[in-house]
Amino acid sequence: MSGYKKIEMVVGVFVLVGVISIAWLAMELGGVGGLSSNGYKLVAVFDDAGGVRKGSDVMLAGVPIGQVVSVTLKDNEEAEMVLNIKDGVLIASDATVSIRTKGLIGEKFVRVNQGSEEDYLAEGDEFEDTESAINIEDLISKYIFSGDAK
Amino acid sequence: MIKTQALVRSFDGVKALDDVDLHIEKKKVTVIMGGSGSGKTTLLRLLAGLDKPTAGSIMFAGEDLAKVSRKRLYELRMRVGMVFQYSALLNSLDVYENVAFPLHEHTDLDESVIQTMVTMKLEQVGLRGFERMMPSQLSGGMAKRVAFARALVMDPQVVFFDEPTSGLDPISAGVVSSLIHETTAKTRMTSVVVTHDVQAGLDIADHVILLWQGKVIAEGNPESIKQSEDPRVQQFIKGEPNGPIPFSRSQTAYIDDLLHKPGCVRMS
Amino acid sequence: MQAMMNMVGQVGRNTLQAIAKLGDATIFGITTLRLFFARPWQGKHFVMQMYAVGVGSLIIIVITGAFTGMVLALQGYHMLVKVGTEALLGPWVALSLIRELGPVLAALMFVGRAGSSITAEIGIMRVTEQMDALEMMAVNPQSRVMLTRIIACAISLPLLVAIFDAVGLFAGYVIGVDMLGVNGGVYIGETIDKVALNDIQAGFTKSVYFGLLVGIICTYMGQRATATTEGVAKATTQAVMLCSVMVLILDYIITSFYL
Repeated sequence: MSGYKKIEMVVGVFVLVGVISIAWLAMELGGVGGLSSNGYKLVAVFDDAGGVRKGSDVMLAGVPIGQVVSVTLKDNEEAEMVLNIKDGVLIASDATVSIRTKGLIGEKFVRVNQGSEEDYLAEGDEFEDTESAINIEDLISKYIFSGDAK
Repeated sequence: MIKTQALVRSFDGVKALDDVDLHIEKKKVTVIMGGSGSGKTTLLRLLAGLDKPTAGSIMFAGEDLAKVSRKRLYELRMRVGMVFQYSALLNSLDVYENVAFPLHEHTDLDESVIQTMVTMKLEQVGLRGFERMMPSQLSGGMAKRVAFARALVMDPQVVFFDEPTSGLDPISAGVVSSLIHETTAKTRMTSVVVTHDVQAGLDIADHVILLWQGKVIAEGNPESIKQSEDPRVQQFIKGEPNGPIPFSRSQTAYIDDLLHKPGCVRMS
Repeated sequence: MQAMMNMVGQVGRNTLQAIAKLGDATIFGITTLRLFFARPWQGKHFVMQMYAVGVGSLIIIVITGAFTGMVLALQGYHMLVKVGTEALLGPWVALSLIRELGPVLAALMFVGRAGSSITAEIGIMRVTEQMDALEMMAVNPQSRVMLTRIIACAISLPLLVAIFDAVGLFAGYVIGVDMLGVNGGVYIGETIDKVALNDIQAGFTKSVYFGLLVGIICTYMGQRATATTEGVAKATTQAVMLCSVMVLILDYIITSFYL
């Protein structure tokens, strides 16, 4: 039966390598145990959420500080967004949020512009001021329109 | 030991066995003989519980094999051994592990006890010392002897043999035949042998059953079979090509086919 | 006209036969999997099959994984560099591997290596009456032979796919960064940024289903093969073909659920 013991060992190594591969993929690339698990939630209301989806990044000064948890329609005219912010990141109560694009045609993300007040936003608070997505089509039509006006 | 009543087994409506009544007696060698396609292998598979009958009953030690649960069938099989036509050794295991297989599966015996039992059985079939050979390294006769040892290792009450001598040279065939005969006599087990080897069959039999087209056409001790006046029995024993069992299996008239008579041309 | 009718009839018969086979295979799969809960426990034999099926396929999986990752990096680089987005090479390689090519290519290699040998082995065991011998020795061949192989497939394939992905990612990195000169930090950063847990989950789910599928089809084809040498040869070819096609079809179905 020593032959079987050897087989058992080899299979054990095989399973171990496989499980380590799965764990590595999930933790390193999938971000398990990363940003989404802990933090506090803030609410922002936009006129136009323009392409931000669940899972989009939230950045402050170009550093990722959280993710978008949900995007829903509010009162049939505005977009309400719930942001999950990492613990330890403090956002002033007069901070504003805007929607920006990574690069020219990259994906959309939420940018937080830090404020100057001494008190900070806490779980469930809403941002005072928001700036909606910049829509390239709007920009182009605005340009054409202003060209006509001249 | 085993009794069948009105046993029928049909495949797609064709009766391979038709109304067979048998009685296999304890501690005797019963030989079932018949030509190819006479239903003898079907009968053996039914007796061994590998197949279910279309109708009728098979009483084994007071229980109907056609009706018992799978669990009970497996319990009954502990008391039964079988030697297959092509030996059917498990080719991933060596000789020792093959013979020990039923013990490893169904007993909690110490490996040293199992080893002793396997050595005894291998000695009985004259293959002690071949424990570490793989089935692919064995000749047909040796493989069959290993299969015999494996069938005996649980000390069964009944052992079934499917064509034990076919495909073997005369010496190996003789060895296997005498093993069946001697083991049955010594160990008081019941043997059921299916064969088309007339000489070997008549030599080892206590009781002979002759099948033809799914029916029992003769039954009795070897002497009475030899003396039988049934021309079909005589033809089979003597191996004559023509007789009541016709040589030609064709259904249409030869002359019609040669003349391509319309309506008589057979599809391939 | 008569020939037409015959042909239509033949198509109909073949369709009915295929549906009957599908039903038969499904019942076979379910009854076999149900034996997982039956005594006696086949633990030792699972391990033996894991060795034959999983460890046996390891080398071919590592080789194909490495070359898949390498060719993805090479192709992707020359495509992306034209539009100046070679920074996205990492995510391109990783997402292609994890979502699609890993599970599908590994499954196809697995079919060729392990699946075919399962069908052939079971077919041969039937031809040489080993199945009947097991049955006569009161060992249920369906749990000992079929179930152990199906479970071994379902466990091995996800592990093999993970190894395939990991090796492919590493090989892609070597080609992309060391050979083609993409910035290593950007490569890894973009990869981590773009690959979501959802992608890994999708790839993993696929591989579990592929493993079950291959296991059931290959054991089924072996079990239902005509018990002759030609029958086994034919069944083996059919099993490989059927598995490959079914893997691709199932891949489409699962992908459409996960997008």
